[in-house]
Amino acid sequence: MYRYDEFDHALVQDRVAQYRDQVARRISGELSEEQFRPLRLMNGLYLQLHAYMLRVAIPYGTLSSKQLRKLAHIARTYDKGYGHWTTRQNIQFNWPKLDETPDILAELAEVEMHAIQTSGNTIRNVTADAYGGVAADEIEDPRIWAEIIRQWSTLHPEFSFLPRKFKIAVTGAPHDRAAVRFHDIGVIVKRNWDGEIGFEVLVGGGLGRTPMIAKTIRQFLPKQHLLSYLEAILRVYNLIGRRDNKYKARIKIMVHELGIDEVGEMVEDEWERIKTGELELPADEIARIRAYFAPPEYEALPAEDPGFAAKRFEDRACAQWVRSNVNHHKQPGYAIVDLSVKPEGQPPGDVTDAQMDAVADLAEAYSMDELRVTHEQNLVFPYVKQSDLYELWRKLIEQGLATANVGLVSDIIACPGLDYCALANARSIPVAQRISKRFADLDRQHDIGELRMKISGCINACGHHHVGHIGLLGVDRRGEEYYQITLGGAPGEDASVGKIIGPAFSSGDVVDAVEELVNVYVEKRREGERFLDTYRRIGEEPFKTRLYEERFHAAA
Amino acid sequence: MPLLKQGAIVDDPWVYVGDDDDLPNGGPVIVTLKRWREDRDALMARGTQVGIRLTSEQTPGQVEDDLRHFGVVALEFPAFTDGRSYSNARRLRDRFNYPGEVRAVGDILRDQYFQYHRCGFDAIEIKDGETAADWARATSIITTPYQPASDGADNVLSLRQRRAAAGG
Repeated sequence: MYRYDEFDHALVQDRVAQYRDQVARRISGELSEEQFRPLRLMNGLYLQLHAYMLRVAIPYGTLSSKQLRKLAHIARTYDKGYGHWTTRQNIQFNWPKLDETPDILAELAEVEMHAIQTSGNTIRNVTADAYGGVAADEIEDPRIWAEIIRQWSTLHPEFSFLPRKFKIAVTGAPHDRAAVRFHDIGVIVKRNWDGEIGFEVLVGGGLGRTPMIAKTIRQFLPKQHLLSYLEAILRVYNLIGRRDNKYKARIKIMVHELGIDEVGEMVEDEWERIKTGELELPADEIARIRAYFAPPEYEALPAEDPGFAAKRFEDRACAQWVRSNVNHHKQPGYAIVDLSVKPEGQPPGDVTDAQMDAVADLAEAYSMDELRVTHEQNLVFPYVKQSDLYELWRKLIEQGLATANVGLVSDIIACPGLDYCALANARSIPVAQRISKRFADLDRQHDIGELRMKISGCINACGHHHVGHIGLLGVDRRGEEYYQITLGGAPGEDASVGKIIGPAFSSGDVVDAVEELVNVYVEKRREGERFLDTYRRIGEEPFKTRLYEERFHAAA
Repeated sequence: MPLLKQGAIVDDPWVYVGDDDDLPNGGPVIVTLKRWREDRDALMARGTQVGIRLTSEQTPGQVEDDLRHFGVVALEFPAFTDGRSYSNARRLRDRFNYPGEVRAVGDILRDQYFQYHRCGFDAIEIKDGETAADWARATSIITTPYQPASDGADNVLSLRQRRAAAGG
């Protein structure tokens, strides 16, 4: 993984000193809360319902064991003993004290981490495929390019007061695990006919109030021009993106209103003038960054470990875990292991200090000291030998991290909701917990198969409900929590935005409604069809009829 | 408003002339885009320097052919959260190669000094009562930034290149 050199270290240290000064000025009263607000937001410090919340950047979701132990230490020392993995591969601490936040940043700097640009109208922490470097279908490790983007965008002087926040995601594989089509900019690593690495660049995707699928602005961008092209897009957006209405200020609205062709022309015009300048990436800098992401020293192993194959055959629970939580690795004899942070009935994404320490130890022992945070709020061990899988599985069970539900109905993405967030209309976590309990039977979950369930507590869509196969959106109906259901969303290369199926359900009915939707699917599915496939084939009518005519007659 | 240039408060010879004000008999003046378009000939005939003040809605591209006549281009920040003038300053320096003074005016905060400077501003109208010493503290924040910008300063990208070239 990437390691800081003296320049990276110096920059983060400078930033800690600067922030310490700003906090001191706030505490002494020299700065009002209003003046302090934009400064703290530059460092990921939000004021939430009950307390400050600090969001720490985990660039493209990659962590070392040492870094994770530091996060555990921070949770223990400065918080109430836990953290919360976010849908942008970051971690949030919900109870830091203002005067201690500079110390937290200083501790983070010791392990090459920071909280820069995890909030504010800036280029946010860049995200990437959590299977970067190990996915069998990958063209190149997207983290090489994500790291290059991270450095360019960090404290970029021109783009710290954009019309709105700005999110960039990178995938190095055709199978899109990074939801690049729902980002302000999506970067897809590609090869051209000559075999050269470059990028398809997409722009204008997003969720929130107005979900949009990104459009391709450039089919192929040669690799050395990545930063100049991104800078051209950002400059055009900074100048002409709308600033009159917060809800129309994202680049997706600009692309929607002007059209992708006009935006494309403006970007090309800007880019033509800057592409041969200082931002043109030198080949040796690309090579320097690429070297950090070179494959680790794998052992030469058979494609399938016979010992594990036997264990798997004998132990049904293990086989079930393998089916949902273990993935193909590009290296023979190795596997990618998903750790489920969503055991039955627990809040999605929460993690305790003790769990973090235990995971760090396991990553050190079984995954070459490295792990990933996924945008589904789970964790990944990217370098596990198949011969270690059984032992690792047993140890993950002890930590409550081996629930065989990754990609299944109880692997729910949920925002913090009304329990924590000042914007929310409704609670997300308790509904997620109830759905998780309703479908607790793992055999049933495996029979249902892949089902992306996502819950947002308000229209800002932090729980990504628009791209859930089943999405729930919390709405306020005369002071009561209701949930609107959307069907058919998908975040990947077959991107689609879910459609609202009908009137919202009360908190008391919504879990029954979800179960009915699943029942319709189970009744109607054909061999090999996922929930999404069946929905796409038969349309919304059968689901609607079941909910509003047969099951919840009174509610409709 | 005190004018900060190169870390010191300096005398400001420029006078803002409103759209309906009479032009003074002598001395350099700064006018709006509207006034410049209406009174271009009269302003040019005065024999003293002219500057222009652009709102964040306006762009230097709108006066591209006239830039050589201006001794100052003042770019407004109507609110510090409106970042358009950063991009306009960069275009002034990098696209139009404008060599004169680029002045930041409006809702100016010292915590943004670094951004002003890096985007090509070389003069800042600071708040009444603020001192050069207040601003000096803000200038030393980031020793070496990652990315190239319009200040021509060393950056991490260029320094790594130099290090690589030196075999380091």
